[in-house]
Amino acid sequence: MTKSYPVGGRFGEFGGQFVPETLVPALQELERAYLRWKGDVGFRAELASMLKEYAGRPTPLYFARNLTERAGGAKIFLKREDLLHGGAHKINNTLGQGLLAKRMGKHRVIAETGAGQHGVATAIACAALGLKAEVYMGSVDIERQKLNAYRMELLGAQLHSVTSGSRTLKDAINEALRDWASNVSTTYYLIGSVVGPHPYPVIVRDFQSVIGKEIREQMRRREGRLPDAVVACVGGGSNAIGSFHEFVEKRGVKLVGVEAGGAGRGRNAASLAEGRKGVLHGMLTYVLEDEDGQIRETQSVSAGLDYPGVGPEHSYLKESGRATYVTAGDKEAIVAFHLLAEVEGILPALESAHAVACAVKMARSMKKDQTVVVTLSGRGDKDVQIVAKEAGVRL
Amino acid sequence: MSEISKSFAGLAEREGALVAYVMGGDPDPDACSKVIDAVVAGGADILELGIPFSDPIADGKSIQAAAVRALSAGTTPRRVLELAKNAKEKHHVPVALMTYFNIFYSQGFENFLRLAKSHGVDGIIIPDLPLDEASRYARISRRVGVDNILLAAPTTPAGRMRMLASNTSGFLYLVSILGVTGARRSLRRGTLTLIADAHRYTRDKVPLAVGFGISAPEHVREVIRAGADGVIVGSSIVDRVADYRENKRAKVLQNVEEYVRSLKAATRG
Repeated sequence: MTKSYPVGGRFGEFGGQFVPETLVPALQELERAYLRWKGDVGFRAELASMLKEYAGRPTPLYFARNLTERAGGAKIFLKREDLLHGGAHKINNTLGQGLLAKRMGKHRVIAETGAGQHGVATAIACAALGLKAEVYMGSVDIERQKLNAYRMELLGAQLHSVTSGSRTLKDAINEALRDWASNVSTTYYLIGSVVGPHPYPVIVRDFQSVIGKEIREQMRRREGRLPDAVVACVGGGSNAIGSFHEFVEKRGVKLVGVEAGGAGRGRNAASLAEGRKGVLHGMLTYVLEDEDGQIRETQSVSAGLDYPGVGPEHSYLKESGRATYVTAGDKEAIVAFHLLAEVEGILPALESAHAVACAVKMARSMKKDQTVVVTLSGRGDKDVQIVAKEAGVRL
Repeated sequence: MSEISKSFAGLAEREGALVAYVMGGDPDPDACSKVIDAVVAGGADILELGIPFSDPIADGKSIQAAAVRALSAGTTPRRVLELAKNAKEKHHVPVALMTYFNIFYSQGFENFLRLAKSHGVDGIIIPDLPLDEASRYARISRRVGVDNILLAAPTTPAGRMRMLASNTSGFLYLVSILGVTGARRSLRRGTLTLIADAHRYTRDKVPLAVGFGISAPEHVREVIRAGADGVIVGSSIVDRVADYRENKRAKVLQNVEEYVRSLKAATRG
């Protein structure tokens, strides 16, 4: 299916390169470099070593006994990407692309960030690899995630506040694309999710697919078989694609992506559930738009899922029926956050809490000898203030 | 021959075409129609009319702000098409519609293109639909009879420039700088060489018009002298429209008209 490289940059009809002409040669250069280096022995060894020694891979696959008892059905396993350096899966990608930028001789790296996790992971990777990082972040998001904004600066990145449009993630991507067009010969654009023009969705997928590879091996050793279901949250969709990719050709494994249901119909960030096919940020995919094709503003308690598009491969997996996409609302995510904290002693990122909410629901209707793996894409320390506010607690 | 091609063909020896950009619906749809009148009165040969889009990745601050003004005034794509229709009926000026691909895609490309054609639109400029993606739609544009004006950039390699020159229609839009739209104080070093290089591929084939960053009559003169068949000016017109208030309407419109006139004069050397 989609295990191989997407022909012509397309997953079915989705994907493509809808970018200004200035960037087309840069994307071609990036693709050539990626194809050259991705199989290179030295490159792979350096990345593997950084992932192991620096980022903390492999991450544990933890059997969540208490959560399983609570759900009263299938066994629930947690893939602990939250334990990685930086506190999220994002570093799998930033180390990979950072090394690629170095091989391409580009020492200025730009990135966009929503909640700040990708910005932090970019700042970390660039500091470690000796690259200069500049991060675009919407001014609304900076206000919501002050700590992450300051963390980036502590890590040596230069932060650019974006005040155009809705002043959130989508506008940060717009601004990063504008910067890239202006400085294309010296600059590497390190995109943070499986979105954007080809070849980004495939590059980010490949670097994140380590998640699913480890899940498969860990389940084999522990349970002697493949999981029955893999569940992950979907904003742009990088931790989900990273979790799914290894299993796409294993038809017995149910793949479930969980979008942000926000505050209900019309007030969410569920591009696959409520969107239409459209073109945003260089890709053809499901987007949230109004009847004229203007991109809609989104809403979610989790800034990391607050994006009006989704990776084109997810649109393809949905359309082909290979993966299923559901939503969990703000309230369900908050409930799941508290549940996991209380019964397992783990504070999940609010993004990941959406996946936990769905996994518990699914496990309940499955048999006891079945297994559900849920990817905890990040840790929840960054969200403690939001959770307190939702609970009416003043810190 | 399309209206746009005719406009280039009708120029005097050594005269360049002035393509003037107006953001449709900026500052509001009614006032915009007066801005269009002023631009045409100033001597624009071709009107480039923008449809505001929520996420204009090829545009700098001026045109972004214009899009925000137009959208907040309730401008829809259909309202911009009505502006195109009025301009066409009133002034008989060729109209090129400029917007991002999603505006077309969301209505169905062919459907929206036919609608545009029926409103007097002669050409389309879609900055996020580069050659490779545009080729899927080339046949539709030909069938409907609308010029699909492609863009070339300073990063475009020679072989691709040749392909762009043979696949574009109306004219080839040469982006003169790396980056986004917006007035620059001076022409980028290398712009004149870039024009000369591109001209080798467009000569005898299709007119070459140069845009992005051009804001002064001296830029226009230099660009035409370097071999371009036309210039495209946008942000610095839009910046003048940004001053529009009901109480200084006449002054702003006069300012726009005089500015366009100075640019047009410069296209004659």
